Amino acid sequence: MTGVATLNEVLALLALLLVAAVGTVAVLTRDPSRQAVVLAVLGLGLALLFTVLQAPDVALSQLGVGTAVTPLLIMLTVRRIRSKEHQARQGERDERGGPDGTGANGRGGGS
Amino acid sequence: MSRTARIRLFWGAAAVIAALYTMACLRLPHFGTAVHPYGDRAVAATLRQRTANTISSINFDQRAFDTLGEESILFGAVLGATALLRRTSHDHNTRPRPVRVLPSTRLFGALLLPVALLTGIYIVAHGQLSPGGGFQGGVVLATALHLAYVAADYRALQRIRPRELLDQADAVAAGAFTVLGLAGLVAGVAYLQNVLPLGTFNTLSSGGLVPVINAAVGIEVASGVIVVLAYFLDQTLFATGPAGGAFRKKAER
Amino acid sequence: MNLLGPLPYLVAGWLLLVGVYGLVTSRNLIHAVGCLAVAQSSTYVLLLTVGFRRGGTAPVYSDTSPRSVVVDPVVQALALTDVVVGATVTALLLALVIQLHNRHSTIDPDRLNALRG
Repeated sequence: MTGVATLNEVLALLALLLVAAVGTVAVLTRDPSRQAVVLAVLGLGLALLFTVLQAPDVALSQLGVGTAVTPLLIMLTVRRIRSKEHQARQGERDERGGPDGTGANGRGGGS
Repeated sequence: MSRTARIRLFWGAAAVIAALYTMACLRLPHFGTAVHPYGDRAVAATLRQRTANTISSINFDQRAFDTLGEESILFGAVLGATALLRRTSHDHNTRPRPVRVLPSTRLFGALLLPVALLTGIYIVAHGQLSPGGGFQGGVVLATALHLAYVAADYRALQRIRPRELLDQADAVAAGAFTVLGLAGLVAGVAYLQNVLPLGTFNTLSSGGLVPVINAAVGIEVASGVIVVLAYFLDQTLFATGPAGGAFRKKAER
Repeated sequence: MNLLGPLPYLVAGWLLLVGVYGLVTSRNLIHAVGCLAVAQSSTYVLLLTVGFRRGGTAPVYSDTSPRSVVVDPVVQALALTDVVVGATVTALLLALVIQLHNRHSTIDPDRLNALRG
């Protein structure tokens, strides 16, 4: 039993290193919309790790939550706040009576 | 606290935690140990309860009361998020515009949407047998529905997403979990104890209360995640909050 | 001695500390929520690595013999519910961030501190 690592353990080691590296990158990515993409990769890496660790149930929910729901929520929040800031800037310009005083319609359209 | 003081405090605390945590790790049973007393007992109990998927048996039978707590956190978080976002959403003046999508994308979405929804239902329904259950299946269902948005546009998503109904489904399913627990009290045993007939091992109707609670949790998670995403999408796509509105009024003057 | 030794547990610790580091140094609350997600994932890694059993299979008996050796299902059950609950808590936090931005027009925690003081 001792000494020799099984294939499963080698895969677990690789997945662990991947998760540690991607997690570090996710923290160091200061731009939230970029971070959302890295978090999606982290979610995928975690799902991979959980599968190797014989936890298909957890991998399944991590796959849905980590790669889809959480990054999507972050993206939506970023867009909401950006469009709000855009509106505020446009509003200020309108107040100064700038040439483009067409009202604040800076909402994001479709997808 | 100033920023530099905060970061200094972090490095101090991190060094202590890192040292103590590493020392603790070195004394833990090594990775892959054969000694799992709780796991062995849980597996034995699961086989007694004729549930093939041990995880589901633990979550919805052996520690169902804990899961009720987790599920209440989920419900509370959904409720809180929607309450926070409700105040500034619903700007009914703006309608989402129809968006042009490639016909192949539309066809792909139309074909894949039912398959994805069916997969979600399958995962919820087979939680007591194979990997899956209410939590995972609910997430799959919720994300599957948004294929309509990816493949078509927001109007298509709105048509297949009865939000009022989902709001209620979320609450009813959360309540159903609590009420299902009363079955135990009616039968004269503990709250949330598995009193339904356990059925035949490895069939869809096995596990007694497990598939029933799984279904309730599946509905709650699916509707909860859909509702939360709906509020976020509304906020992003066409909500003008108080600040934007105020600026617009000034512009009109 | 095992190939991995205590390394899997240390990876969990690393994720926690990196996540908290991001939280402490963050200048954007959305980024902070993302860092919290990283720190949170450390608990899943720790739980599942502690529950791993050498040569064990997934604790699902639908297609294996009831005598087969499986990994610890208890920790998996703990991690499973938290993954999904964590997503909705993230949603709650992000909704709070949106409200903060509505009120104060900034999501930089340091500037929010300055507003209060």
